[in-house]
Amino acid sequence: MSDRLLVRAPGPLATLQDAGRRGYQRLGVSGSGPMDRLAHEAANRMTGNQPGTVALEFALGGLVLEVAAERARLAFAGGAFELKVDDKPMPWWSCVTVHRGQMVRIGRAQAGVWGYVAIAGGLALPAQLGSYATHTLSRLGGIEGRPLRAGDALALAEPEPSPHPDLMLPDPPPARDVIRAVPGPQDDYFTPAGLAAFFGEGYRVSAQADRMGYRLEGPQVEHAKGFNIVSDGTVAGSVQVPGMGTPIVLMADRQTTGGYPKIATVIGADLPALAQIAPGGRLRFQSVSFEQALEARRVMRRWLDRLADRLEPLRTGADLDPARLLGLNLIGGVTAGDPLREGLVP
Amino acid sequence: MTETLPPARILHAGDAAFVIELGETVDPAINDRILALDARLREAALPGVTELVPTYRSLLVHFDPDAVDGLELLKRLRGLDLEHPGEAPAGRAWTVPVCYGGEHGVDLEEVAERHGLTVEEAVRLHAGGTYRVYMIGFAPGFAYLGGLDQRLHTPRRVNPRLKTPAGSVSIGGIQAAISSVEAPSGWHLLGQTPVRAFDPEREPPFLFAAGDTVRFRPIDAAEFAALAARAADGDPLIRPEPASEHAS
Repeated sequence: MSDRLLVRAPGPLATLQDAGRRGYQRLGVSGSGPMDRLAHEAANRMTGNQPGTVALEFALGGLVLEVAAERARLAFAGGAFELKVDDKPMPWWSCVTVHRGQMVRIGRAQAGVWGYVAIAGGLALPAQLGSYATHTLSRLGGIEGRPLRAGDALALAEPEPSPHPDLMLPDPPPARDVIRAVPGPQDDYFTPAGLAAFFGEGYRVSAQADRMGYRLEGPQVEHAKGFNIVSDGTVAGSVQVPGMGTPIVLMADRQTTGGYPKIATVIGADLPALAQIAPGGRLRFQSVSFEQALEARRVMRRWLDRLADRLEPLRTGADLDPARLLGLNLIGGVTAGDPLREGLVP
Repeated sequence: MTETLPPARILHAGDAAFVIELGETVDPAINDRILALDARLREAALPGVTELVPTYRSLLVHFDPDAVDGLELLKRLRGLDLEHPGEAPAGRAWTVPVCYGGEHGVDLEEVAERHGLTVEEAVRLHAGGTYRVYMIGFAPGFAYLGGLDQRLHTPRRVNPRLKTPAGSVSIGGIQAAISSVEAPSGWHLLGQTPVRAFDPEREPPFLFAAGDTVRFRPIDAAEFAALAARAADGDPLIRPEPASEHAS
């Protein structure tokens, strides 16, 4: 009997994701991977895994896992979720060792949309086209290319991790509603008024938001020369503007090519924050240069590289400070001292 | 023709990709230059470049900004002779069986009628063409084809279908396509091929590539059923020939 995690309840849109499928976009295969790359990597690093190790991603909570192994070490990150091991409340953004028969219950999202559970040592799975990332539309990766179901058994690749203290991250990255984007590649397909509208008062995430893309609601963006282009490639964060003039941000499971002009590209450092804005939530785009985008990426990289130094011994129960979660500043604006932003606002 | 091609432009696509654009139209000469540039950059294996995505008129260059300084890479790309990438690699030629009309091509009659053609004439025009694979995109193995006879140019449907079957052989605007997986589509469905353009369990998983040429061979429903059964067992059904086979 191998060591496993049993999915007792999957919650909505639970899939397995690694860093994504690389090298097949030229053949039409979506890159997939986590919606919030920062949280996915943070969860892996908290367990001691290599970044990009396959982990569980879920939306909005409701995931229940049963431990069917002597022990397993799990890390939790992304947004803010209520977490209990059996009936004992645990802080989110933490890494804990769990034992056979224990139930890990993830409640509703208190902030954000996407949560991650990383497993020390990863999972034993077959790869497809070089990746474990699930792409449900083309039925690739994960378990049979589909979302997780109640009854699924996830085999641990490395049973019985060595004993390790339980840890928590006291200062998880805050929510953010100013989203930086580099203009282009087709910003010349829009009028000056269209560009001003796009980088103007802001948008709401509509109900049409999933792993493929987030359709936004707000100011119309005026095209200068039609809204059809001869198709070219897309990246995570490409902002397409179709005929009706409201933007769509392409996300992890996007199509590899698109025929609408792309006004801007959300920078890699801010795509995680955008992914965590729930339908109805507000955001505003800020234009930045390529150089500023690269610098923001370096700041994010440094934050991740130093993550281990920020971890503290786990506090649970009465010690668990509810203000910590509320301090996430849900969709409330840019927080002073945001470690990912310091020195970056032009 | 080649002398009048537009100059190359390197465009920003965020902090982890550049677009090298060699034109804005559907043109075999532009697409040839894209495929030649794709081949040159693959050979060059520039540090930090993770993936190249050739399309109709541009090459998307993905890079890992943690592995390479994006400004350095931009400098290196600007130093290349993007407008004279040399010869495009020779494509391969495919003959793809298609069952036209009926349940396999629900829009065939309407398309024929729209253009004042009989169904037989419409099939003859579609199956009589030699098509170029301009790019693979949208879904795994989905082939975008150019070379559709002008008499069949048809604007996209007003209401796209949320589901169209795998193997759909369709037309939209001036383009044609062979689909690979069940997917939404606003194009007109003329027929269906039993060939699976993408099957992750098969070796090779993909059949068509940009630069290949495609011809169609009409088949009846009985042959479709027989071939579909073989395809389900992993038979690719068709083999490529050198591109010169279609040149005649």
